[in-house]
Amino acid sequence: MELKDLYRDVILDHNRKPRNFGRLEAPALHADGHNPLCGDRLTVFLRLEGDRIEDIRFEGKGCAISTASASLMTEAVKGKDRAAIGTLFEKVHALLTEQDAVASSDLGKLAALSGVREFPARVKCASLCWHTLNAALERGDAVTVSTE
Amino acid sequence: MAAVNPLPSATPARPYDVERVRRDFPILSRTVHDHPLVFLDSAASSQRPLSVIRAVEQYEKTTHANVHRGVYTLSQDATAAYEGARDRVRRFINASSTKEILFTRGTTEGINLVAQSYGRSRLKAGDEVLITALEHHANIVPWQMACEQTGATLKVAPINRKGELIFEEYLKLLSPRTKIVAAAHVSNALGTILPVKEMIAAAKQVGAIVVIDGAQAVPHSKVDVQALGCDFYAFSAHKLYGPTGEGVLYGREQLLKDMPPWQGGGDMILTVTFEKTTYNELPWKFEAGTPNISGAVGMAAAIDYLENLGIESVAAHEHHLLEVATAELQKIPGLTIIGTAANKAAVISFTLEGVHPHDLGTILDSEGVAVRTGHHCAMPVMDFFNIPATARASFACYNTLDEVKRLVAALQKAREVFG
Repeated sequence: MELKDLYRDVILDHNRKPRNFGRLEAPALHADGHNPLCGDRLTVFLRLEGDRIEDIRFEGKGCAISTASASLMTEAVKGKDRAAIGTLFEKVHALLTEQDAVASSDLGKLAALSGVREFPARVKCASLCWHTLNAALERGDAVTVSTE
Repeated sequence: MAAVNPLPSATPARPYDVERVRRDFPILSRTVHDHPLVFLDSAASSQRPLSVIRAVEQYEKTTHANVHRGVYTLSQDATAAYEGARDRVRRFINASSTKEILFTRGTTEGINLVAQSYGRSRLKAGDEVLITALEHHANIVPWQMACEQTGATLKVAPINRKGELIFEEYLKLLSPRTKIVAAAHVSNALGTILPVKEMIAAAKQVGAIVVIDGAQAVPHSKVDVQALGCDFYAFSAHKLYGPTGEGVLYGREQLLKDMPPWQGGGDMILTVTFEKTTYNELPWKFEAGTPNISGAVGMAAAIDYLENLGIESVAAHEHHLLEVATAELQKIPGLTIIGTAANKAAVISFTLEGVHPHDLGTILDSEGVAVRTGHHCAMPVMDFFNIPATARASFACYNTLDEVKRLVAALQKAREVFG
């Protein structure tokens, strides 16, 4: 267990300067995510163009892992369609939970999250934004998901 | 009235030897991530001394059978051990009778018992239940439920920015409508010691009964329920160096006698027919089903252990750690202590600028330092201070000044990581 594997520069950078941080004005799909263990809360806003995410933002308060993961996610999914996002989420989930998962090249910066799997208590921090994104995509309006 | 207390707590004071105390706790010799464990989360659950572990083991190896049931030797021995533990608890908190000592699963269950049995049968629309703004969820939610069920109203006495109860506001909220006052003796999230004796006296003036959540108080101060004058007092064994899943609800006999049973089942009855059941005597009326017998035995051993150390000596030791740690933590740039009451138990909640408490918890753990991070089951307290969470270090009989240094060093490391 190495601390620097968890808090990589990319993670620290996205925590300090989260990208796509803020709200999207209506009409936008949005969902709230909550991790009751640590009190992390975030809201994901997105606008679709057909099946494709045209714009996405998030806001909320959370730990470095949850903030950086959300920031990296918004960068990764912008412009992608639902099917591509579903595939990406599966790969991120495997990266976060499977000991021998290898980060495929299409994960890009998201690969920085691979250190999280050494810290089982923190997996939910990293996956909260993805569950919230899924809720926004599937149910669309003012739903709340919880990682507990 | 007050029962004589013939216990070893009366032994003459000797210098507090924390290294000797540490040797009593086997877990303290383990390492975490290649560092010696620094356990600073006793407010969540304290560790067990060998004497408690052995008492439970001895019971399991030599004595176990169901209680109050058999005429055979084992069952009688188990019953004697279980009821002996009850009397040990009675002496510990100076209750006048073992009828007033109910074994529960813990503080939470004790408060729920009062809320559902006393509260639900007595409260009605227009009545008020008064709690404070620094309660643990276990002393909020059961009252919300009882209020919802009866039409009574929940009132909350406010705290100031130091995390102290604003006593004048508490007094203003007391009225003849106040039927129940429920308050923590010591706040788990902030460490504030509440002026419960004065609060109880004031509540009595308006005819309210008083329920005290003593989970954080009992391990650190001598509690005398008769001197306090409370009607109910709940605590847990596992914050008292005893086992989990075991606790105590003290209730005044007169009140318990008139209260309806809470849970039904075996052990709480005298006779059962399909037409009518007569309930058992106190305290068993409130103990349906087979209890946590080894838990009670372990709790009694834990009380023996604590009183042998001397609660006052332990409290003085912890207070010294609190003072040193408070001074040292305040030197760390960006660190803010949440909860600065004048009268505090050995609990320090804090935030560190730029580092979320959850990240802090992980970094401290990587240095072998265990602290609690999160909302401490006190979300309204977090809301009051407008923070999502804190890190919390709490000190017990086995913590040392060296461990305070390790905490400070680990916090410096967190600042470096997040530079």
